[in-house]
Amino acid sequence: MKRNLITSAIAVVMFTLVLGLAYPLVVTGVAQVTFGDNADGNPDLIAKDTKADPRYFQPRPSQTEYDPEATFFSNRGPNSSAARSFYRDQLAAYIALNGQYNPGLTNDKVPADAVTTSGSGVDPHISAQNAAIQARRVAAVRGIAPERVDELVEQATDGRFLGLFGEPGVNTTKLNEALDR
Amino acid sequence: MGVVQIIVFCAVLLAIVPLLGGYMARVYTSERIRPVERLVLKLLRVEPASQTWKTYAASVVLFSLVSWLLLYLILRTQTAHPFNPNGFNSGTWDLSFNTVSSFVTNTNWQFYGGETTLSYFSQMAGLAVQNFVSAAVGITVLIALIRGIASKPLGNFWQDLTRTVMYVLLPISVVGALLLASQGVVQSLSDWGPVASQEIIKLLGTNGGGFFNVNSAFPYENPNGFTNFVEMLAMLAIPASLTYTYGRMVGSRRQGWTVFGVMFTVFVIGVVAVYLAESSVTPAQQAAGLTGANLEGKELRFGTGGTALWTVVTTATSTGAVNAAFESLTGIGGLIPMVNLGFGESIFGGVGTGLYTMLLYVLLAVFIGGLMVGRTPEYLGKKLEAREIKLVVLALLATPLLVLVTTSLALGTGHGGPSIYASGPQGFSETLYAYLSQANNNGSAFAGYTGYLQPEAGNLGANGVTFADLLGGLTMLIGRFVPIVLTLALAGAMRNKRAAPAGLGTMRTDTPTFAGLTVGTVVIVGALTFLPAFLLGPVVQGLTTQLF
Repeated sequence: MKRNLITSAIAVVMFTLVLGLAYPLVVTGVAQVTFGDNADGNPDLIAKDTKADPRYFQPRPSQTEYDPEATFFSNRGPNSSAARSFYRDQLAAYIALNGQYNPGLTNDKVPADAVTTSGSGVDPHISAQNAAIQARRVAAVRGIAPERVDELVEQATDGRFLGLFGEPGVNTTKLNEALDR
Repeated sequence: MGVVQIIVFCAVLLAIVPLLGGYMARVYTSERIRPVERLVLKLLRVEPASQTWKTYAASVVLFSLVSWLLLYLILRTQTAHPFNPNGFNSGTWDLSFNTVSSFVTNTNWQFYGGETTLSYFSQMAGLAVQNFVSAAVGITVLIALIRGIASKPLGNFWQDLTRTVMYVLLPISVVGALLLASQGVVQSLSDWGPVASQEIIKLLGTNGGGFFNVNSAFPYENPNGFTNFVEMLAMLAIPASLTYTYGRMVGSRRQGWTVFGVMFTVFVIGVVAVYLAESSVTPAQQAAGLTGANLEGKELRFGTGGTALWTVVTTATSTGAVNAAFESLTGIGGLIPMVNLGFGESIFGGVGTGLYTMLLYVLLAVFIGGLMVGRTPEYLGKKLEAREIKLVVLALLATPLLVLVTTSLALGTGHGGPSIYASGPQGFSETLYAYLSQANNNGSAFAGYTGYLQPEAGNLGANGVTFADLLGGLTMLIGRFVPIVLTLALAGAMRNKRAAPAGLGTMRTDTPTFAGLTVGTVVIVGALTFLPAFLLGPVVQGLTTQLF
C-alpha cells in the first residue's frame, strides 16, 4: 500500500514532466520552426464580422458575434419555438439584403447555411449557392463586373480533400480580402 | 459524396486494425525490456513482477487517486502558474471537483470553457497529462483481463502503464500532433495555445476534452476535411485495433475479428441513421420555411457526411469530442449518440474500456447461449460459473443503474433545474444525456446543460452549479472505478480456470451466429434498459413536429 503510494507519486510527477512539459514544448518548438505563422493561427481560417455591410460577402450567422476568443454553441434545439422565430428573422434579413439583386428570391430558395448558426461561431465558409446569391449584390454595390466577382469566388473556394473528404465551401475571409485589394 | 467518404473511412480503418493491433500485441507480450522502459521502471523503483488482481487493482486506484490530487492542486492554484498569458484566476472548488474527476476517469466532460478559464499550463501539464495516463489505465485493465482469459499471469500495472504511454500513445501523438499542425491546428505558447499536441491525444486516447469550448468545431482544432478525417481515425484507431490484439493474445485471430464484427455492425447502423436524420431539416427549421439539411450548429467544411460520421465515432468510442453542436441535432440524430452511450461504450468504446466492456457482453452472451442449448457455458475452453457471471452482471448493470438513479435525482429533487437550458422534452434529453455521458465516461454533451456560470472570462466572479458539479463528478468516478475493479476481479477468476479442449457440443464463439447473439445481448441489455427514458426525450422529438 505505502509502496504503491510512493510509486504512484513518482509516476505522476514523472509523467507530468514528460507528457505535460517536454512533449508539448518540443512539439511547439518543431511546429514554430517548421510551420511558422500557421502555428500561431492562420487568420484566414476564422470568419470576420462584416456587420451586414452589403459590399462584403456575409459569413454564416454567429451565436458569438464572431468572437473567436470565447466560443459557445447556440444550443438551438430541433423542436424549439424560439429557434423558429430566429430562422424567420434570419430569412427576412437575408432576403432584405439580397432580394433586390436577386428577383424572385423566396424563403425556400435561401440556402440553409445562410440562416443557421455554425458550430464554432467563426465558420468562414459559405455554400456555393449562398455565394452565388451574394455575388450579385456585391457586384452591384461595388460596381464591378459580375464575372470578376465570380472569378474571385472561384479562387476563394476550398474543395474537398482528395475530392472526397469534407464539403466544398467559399471562404468569406479570403474572398473579402481579395475584393478589397 | 458523404456516403463515399464514410465507405473510404471504414476501409482505411479496416487496414489499420491488423497493423496497429499486431504492433500492440507485440508490445504487451514482449519479454524484452527496452531501454526507455528500463529507465522508467528504475525511476519508479519497480520490479516488473506479475501482480495478483487485487494488487493490480490497488495500483490502478492509487495511481488514479494521486493523479486526481495533483490535478486538483493545479486547477486550484492557476494564478501561480507560468504559461498563463491571459492571467486567468483559479477554478472554483465545485467546478474543479467535476473537471478533475472528469479527466482522471477518461471522461472529459466539460462544464468549463477552455479558452476562457484555463491557463496553458493547466491544459498542458494538467489536463493533457491525464489524457495520456487515463487512456493508458483503461488499456492496462483490458490487457490484464486478456491475460486472465488466456491463462497467463495478469502482468504488472506499472510495466503495462509505461509500455502503453511510451510505446503506443506518445510516438503516435508526436507524429499526429505535427501532422495536424501542418494543416493549421495551432501550436503556440503565446497565441491561442499549445493545441495540436493536446488535440491528438484527446482523440487518440478517446478522451474528448476540447482545448476550446466548441471543441473540434473550432477551426484551430479542426481546420479542414483532411484533419476531420485524421481526427476521426485517431479516435477509432486504438479501440478497433485492440480487437486484433485480443485475438492474437488469446491465440485465435477469429475471436478478435468476431468481436470486431459485432462492433462494426452496430457502428455502421448508427452512422447510416445519423446521416439520414441530419440530411433533412428540423421541425423548427421546417416551420420557418427552410429546406435542405440541418446545418444548425454544424461547420460547413465537414458537411453532413463528416459530421454524422464524427457524431457516431465520438459516441461509439467514449471520446465525446464534438465537431458540431449535439443539442442542435435532429431528434433521431440525437437519439443515436444516446443509444451508443446506452450500450455502455462497448461499440469500440474507450481505449481498453470499450473492449473489456464488450468482453463482458460476450461472456454474458456465452452464458445465455449456454442456457439455451442446455450446456455449461464455456468460453475459450473455460467454464463460466456462478462467480464469473455474477461479476459480469454486476459490472454490466452498475452503469445503467447509475445513470437512471442520477437522472432521477437531478429531475426528482429539483436541484437539477438550474442546469437545464431548454424547455419541453429537450430539457429532459439534456439531463438524461448529461448523466448517460458522465456515467459511461464519454464526455459529449447537449451543451445547454450547465454546471458553471461565468459572467466574464478568467473565472472572476464565476460560480459552479454545485449540485450538477458534485453529482456529475461522483457519477464519473463510480462509472469508472466500479467496472474496473469488477473487471480485474474477473481477470483473476478467469486466470485460475483450467482450459479444457473444445468438444463436439461446445458452442463456438467465433461464428456469425455467435456474433448475432452478442449484438442481441448488447441491444437488449444496453439499450432497452433506457427505452422508456429515450421515449420521453429524443424519440418524442423525432416523431413530432410540435414546437416547445
